[in-house]
Amino acid sequence: MPNLPESARPRAGAAGKPDRAPTLFDQQRGIPQPRDADNRPDFLQIQQSSEFRELRGRLRRFVFPLTLAFFAWYLTYVLLAAYAHDFMSIKILGEINIGIVLGILQFFSTIAITTWYVRFAKKRLDPQVELIRKQAGAGPE
Amino acid sequence: MTTFLAAAAGESNPVLNMSVFALFVAITLLIVYRVGHRKRSTSDYYAASGSFTGAQNGVALSGDFLSAASFLGIAGAIAIYGYDGFLYSIGFLVAWLVDLLLIAELLRNTGRFTMGDVLSFRMRQRPVRAAAATSTLIISFFYMLAQMAGAGGLVALLLNVHGKAGQAIVIAVVGLVMVLYVLVGGMKGTTWVQMIKASILILSVVLMTVFLLGKFGFNFSSLLSTAADRSPLGDQLLQPGGQYGATNTSKLDFISLSVALILGAAALPHILMRFYTVPNAREARRSVVWATSSMFVFYLSTLVIGFGAAALVGPERILAAPGGENSAAPLLALEIGGTVLLGIVSAVAFATILAVVAGLTITASASFAHDVYANVIKHGDTDPAKEIKVARITAVVVGAVSIAGGILAAGQNVAFLVALAFAVAASANLSTLLYSLFWKRFNTAGTLWGIYSGLISSIVLVACSPVVSGAPDAIFPNLDFAWFPLKNPGLVSIPISFLCGFLGAILSRNRASRRKHAEMEVRSLTGIGR
Repeated sequence: MPNLPESARPRAGAAGKPDRAPTLFDQQRGIPQPRDADNRPDFLQIQQSSEFRELRGRLRRFVFPLTLAFFAWYLTYVLLAAYAHDFMSIKILGEINIGIVLGILQFFSTIAITTWYVRFAKKRLDPQVELIRKQAGAGPE
Repeated sequence: MTTFLAAAAGESNPVLNMSVFALFVAITLLIVYRVGHRKRSTSDYYAASGSFTGAQNGVALSGDFLSAASFLGIAGAIAIYGYDGFLYSIGFLVAWLVDLLLIAELLRNTGRFTMGDVLSFRMRQRPVRAAAATSTLIISFFYMLAQMAGAGGLVALLLNVHGKAGQAIVIAVVGLVMVLYVLVGGMKGTTWVQMIKASILILSVVLMTVFLLGKFGFNFSSLLSTAADRSPLGDQLLQPGGQYGATNTSKLDFISLSVALILGAAALPHILMRFYTVPNAREARRSVVWATSSMFVFYLSTLVIGFGAAALVGPERILAAPGGENSAAPLLALEIGGTVLLGIVSAVAFATILAVVAGLTITASASFAHDVYANVIKHGDTDPAKEIKVARITAVVVGAVSIAGGILAAGQNVAFLVALAFAVAASANLSTLLYSLFWKRFNTAGTLWGIYSGLISSIVLVACSPVVSGAPDAIFPNLDFAWFPLKNPGLVSIPISFLCGFLGAILSRNRASRRKHAEMEVRSLTGIGR
């Protein structure tokens, strides 16, 4: 467990409770498992932990700009198709014109973005989710 | 041309078509019976207990998504209008990025059975669930009506049934089989139907594409030039503007349609519900990847098939055939593969309609039983057996309504209903889903404002558009109460719902619970607590 949370300490009252759920992970290394009075995961504490904020930040910093980017690229294509007929009709190879090429490029950009996100999620999101789940005593998915 | 029609009628062998279709129904019903034959919990009935892998669910997702509009509609639109029809292919595919990046994983972690689970998570349960169920039922109804109406139109061509009564019987049979799928198989059975249907559909589309390209020596350019020679549009067939290029209003309509296409797909209730059938968020992500890959293949093929139909069958033959534009793909099959391929393609088209309608039925019944009955009427205090019973009764009612609607709507403008379903979904659901997943300040009032403003504005705008009245091809061509110029309302109604959701949240005094927000945010990102 490389980085222990700073803020996700168990609540004072909850820590010593005898009815805490049996731990799945190494207690001696002091991994806190935020639980509230009803022995449910303490979501407020998890939400404020630096690990969770890091996860949320990583996700949002990746998906928000990328969503804007692909939406802009799609809209550019649509606007060109609606208003730039002459440009879209320029033939490139035989009967194949810029319009058809740009349309097919939309297909390939979709696949590229999908691949990019899947790689990112595997490397940057999934391990962080696992870490937070461990700390919350939720076990692997 | 008349000789061809006679030949088409003679060559389209109804017995062969019927038997291929009957074989599909028999096999799928058997599988549905095998997988569904045991005592069930609500989780089993609605979400197959989350037992499918990402790959399986991904194929099933494409089965749910590739409706008659995708298969028959796009091929026809490209064959007749050329390039403008290609927009559907692109929009339907790119739309999956919204699902992948913003919706799929978070939704699967947060909810259990319905879209209402997510929207009502940190809001006041009853009003929000009622609103979510209302929008789910309305969207599913329009979508279903389009599919059933499409089935009616196809019957004439594929089974050589021309009388109104005969078509009504076929629609009733389609409706009956689909209710059987849902009653016997629940979500598990329906998912298997989707997988089988998607595999057959994609396989036959790919085979047709390879055949076609082969006919032109694998030279796409020569296929295009034959298509352009054959079309009254000439070279314009290959350029944008064939359908929407005439005026500034029609260009705006093109943009409105394109926006509704990519924002609507991520908000269709029957697509959202699929994400609950996998065990965790990673499998939900994998589902979208599989769905996107199979649709990449499918929609690229529609480009070849559409232009191929223009090249080999010719626009005037397509338009003169019973079923009009929708007959492009079946006629092309007849042209390249004879009656056997026509039989297979016809059966696939029916199977497509059948499976999509089954998916819609289970979504509508889940939404009514889980959101309205269990949570709004019974305040969340009901036993699962009773809830499933209500879901099954709803499925039968939904089936009956869609059979009746399909018979009434047979021969009507099908594209209108599908486009409306997409626009309504994008307007009513997307804004509220995104706000409630990503915006802390969002609250009950915002949710209700967002859903209802989107629903009402999109439906009112369509009712007052040239689709319904005031145009020769309108549903009521003799009336004229159209004051809204665009056929697709998305460009106006989607911003309205985002704005109203925002204003509703800002202006109301009720605050969202901080604890509930923390729970939803943590749960949506990590799955803790589900």
